[in-house]
Amino acid sequence: MKLRIFHQTVYRYDRPVRNLVQSLRLTPSVCEGQRTHDWQIEVTGGIRGPGFRDGAGDWIEGWTVRGPTEEVVVTISGRVETRDTAGVLRGHRELIHPLAYGRDTAATRADAALKDLAGSVTDSADSLDLAHKLSAAVADAIAYAPGRTEFHTTAAEALAQGEGVCQDHAHALISVARRRDLPARYVSGYLQASAAGEAHEASHAWAEIHVERLGWVGFDPANRCCPDERYVRLGSGLDALDAAPIRGIAAGQGAETLDVAVNVEEVDRFQNQSQSQRQS
Amino acid sequence: MTYYNEMYEGSRVREPYARLSQWVETMPADFRQMKQAEAEALFRRIGITFAVYGEGGDPDRLIPFDMMPRVFEQAEWRKLERGIKQRARALNAFLRDVYGRAEIVRAGRIPARLVYQNEAYEKAVVGVVPPRGVYSHIIGIDLVRTAKDQFFVLEDNCRTPSGVSYMLENREIMMRMFPGLFRGNRIEPVDQYPDLLRRTLESVAPAKCHDRPTCVILTPGHFNSAYYEHSFLANLMGVELVEGADLFVDGEFVYMRTTQGPKRVDVIYRRIDDPFLDPLCFRPDSMLGVPGLMDVYRSGGVSICSAPGAGVADDKAIYTFVPEMVRFYLGEEPLLQNVQTWALWKDDDYRYVMENLPDLVVKEVHGSGGYGMLVGPKSTREEIETFRAKIEANPGNYIAQPTLALSTCPTFVEEGLAPRHVDLRPYCLCGDRIELVPGGLTRVALREGSLVVNSSQGGGVKDTWVLSE
Repeated sequence: MKLRIFHQTVYRYDRPVRNLVQSLRLTPSVCEGQRTHDWQIEVTGGIRGPGFRDGAGDWIEGWTVRGPTEEVVVTISGRVETRDTAGVLRGHRELIHPLAYGRDTAATRADAALKDLAGSVTDSADSLDLAHKLSAAVADAIAYAPGRTEFHTTAAEALAQGEGVCQDHAHALISVARRRDLPARYVSGYLQASAAGEAHEASHAWAEIHVERLGWVGFDPANRCCPDERYVRLGSGLDALDAAPIRGIAAGQGAETLDVAVNVEEVDRFQNQSQSQRQS
Repeated sequence: MTYYNEMYEGSRVREPYARLSQWVETMPADFRQMKQAEAEALFRRIGITFAVYGEGGDPDRLIPFDMMPRVFEQAEWRKLERGIKQRARALNAFLRDVYGRAEIVRAGRIPARLVYQNEAYEKAVVGVVPPRGVYSHIIGIDLVRTAKDQFFVLEDNCRTPSGVSYMLENREIMMRMFPGLFRGNRIEPVDQYPDLLRRTLESVAPAKCHDRPTCVILTPGHFNSAYYEHSFLANLMGVELVEGADLFVDGEFVYMRTTQGPKRVDVIYRRIDDPFLDPLCFRPDSMLGVPGLMDVYRSGGVSICSAPGAGVADDKAIYTFVPEMVRFYLGEEPLLQNVQTWALWKDDDYRYVMENLPDLVVKEVHGSGGYGMLVGPKSTREEIETFRAKIEANPGNYIAQPTLALSTCPTFVEEGLAPRHVDLRPYCLCGDRIELVPGGLTRVALREGSLVVNSSQGGGVKDTWVLSE
């Protein structure tokens, strides 16, 4: 599938800020089933800082904006060609041992209810089967309901509420998988929403679970599937904060408001193939 | 239990203590009291105090200083020095390994879980090789002695060991008060430490630094219990003492605000913990760190000492494997021994420890400062039972060790000299070379019979002498 992606985040401050620093995990992963044709990151008034591939295989870019400014716009545009790998992450160069993803954070720490949910799957044939069943159990336990949870909502809170968005599904699945001794991590990326028009956000998140023989496999409880050619993977972490595409902070007292626009559309073919660029 | 008294061989005073013994015998009682008061006044004037969290009382309380030095012969010290340097090399090799290919885990010599699920293991720095492959630049190794030739390592401190300012101040004050003692004894100096530290820091400047490296000490601020030490070292090294807000990231580098404008910083000797270093990488609510610092670090724009993630080498669970590290990485036999350690997450160990609590010392895996520990033989039955309940609730959080017969050194008390238990923390510097000044911090348990030397538990300090040949 040929996908054209446009992602713009506008930060506005009620008073001018200075020395805004950002760490961006906003470049598609290098892995099988995902080929980046071109990719541009622009930060208005920004200086591109260090860029490097980290131990998880993610491309990280630091940006700074000296300011003073009342508005900073982060714009991502690019084209990615994808192929379905049945959710299996292959050809992805990473150095971090899977066991390093066995550790819980505040967002994924299991309470009694999450432990029960983790224990509710009793008839799994192997770890892959167990992962599938845990994902289904999470999808059953938490209904998709936008606007009912926020960024700081934990897996335990979302489960208690029985409602949430993709972030909450991913946190809950990570929590129960770790409870069953399966290393699990949070993945942020994009999703091409179906033509039938179910209003899922194009900015998306899911979980990866490490299973025997296959390695890391993606699971998206929010959509009851494994990532396929509609998904574009950006990066991973222990939870949503650790895997956040944008982490930033500014000096100054200004209160921040935020507007995000994401558009992922399928195109018949890419024009201007000559513009293709690769990131090392 | 009998204890080795470092001053005596049988009933005879050992050679290295001969002059000191004479000095004490000929010292009038009122002179001693006067000098003790003078020492205290000096410490107060210099401002060296050590506030201890959660203890209440006077936050500017002095650590008691004992005027009777502890003495090592040259030969004793050489042996220790070799053992300490060996251990420091192995610890850094381990850190290089577990953030790289982790051969020691692949070889099955250390359990993967112990490394990767360790709180101090930072996956953010996997694959990052700091300059010269050094992760821990200042290693404080806590040693205890149980016999003339028997030393044990109690723990390693690979993050930011404190206390070196006491080593320097204790010497300074002894020299000021008793210049005669230093004329009569050939005592190796320790005051080169700040220069060596600065040289060590400069030697690990990033490749992108082309001039003489600019080093700074990053402190959490004056509320920190070791703030005095941070400013003391900055002063002696001739580098700036900064807080997070004094530094900022611009483009690919870190800068410090100065009256002459921004100045690029190459090496940061940080005295703040990993989770607070950078709100964009670790705790987002940290006000102590520098936003974007970790991205600059990971792309080779600045060096951080100790390197983020260095703590994985020094917790009490990993500790049990340090002798194995020496064999694995260096192909040598360890010169310094570990204390036998039982891990309470192992069933057999758990059973043994629970049956023998009154004889053992039990510590929290991540604890420090002498808090949250049980010294079996010095505890009441009630205290032991309370602690037993804590262990039962979370066995994985504890290790146990035999109660060691810590050596004693003669120490001034009301009635004159009396033996008190001591330990030793030397500070090993790792950069392009591995260096150790001859000496360290001797801590002494001032309460009669006490085996806990931590300053937070009524410990004091002594000057530590290494005699030259």
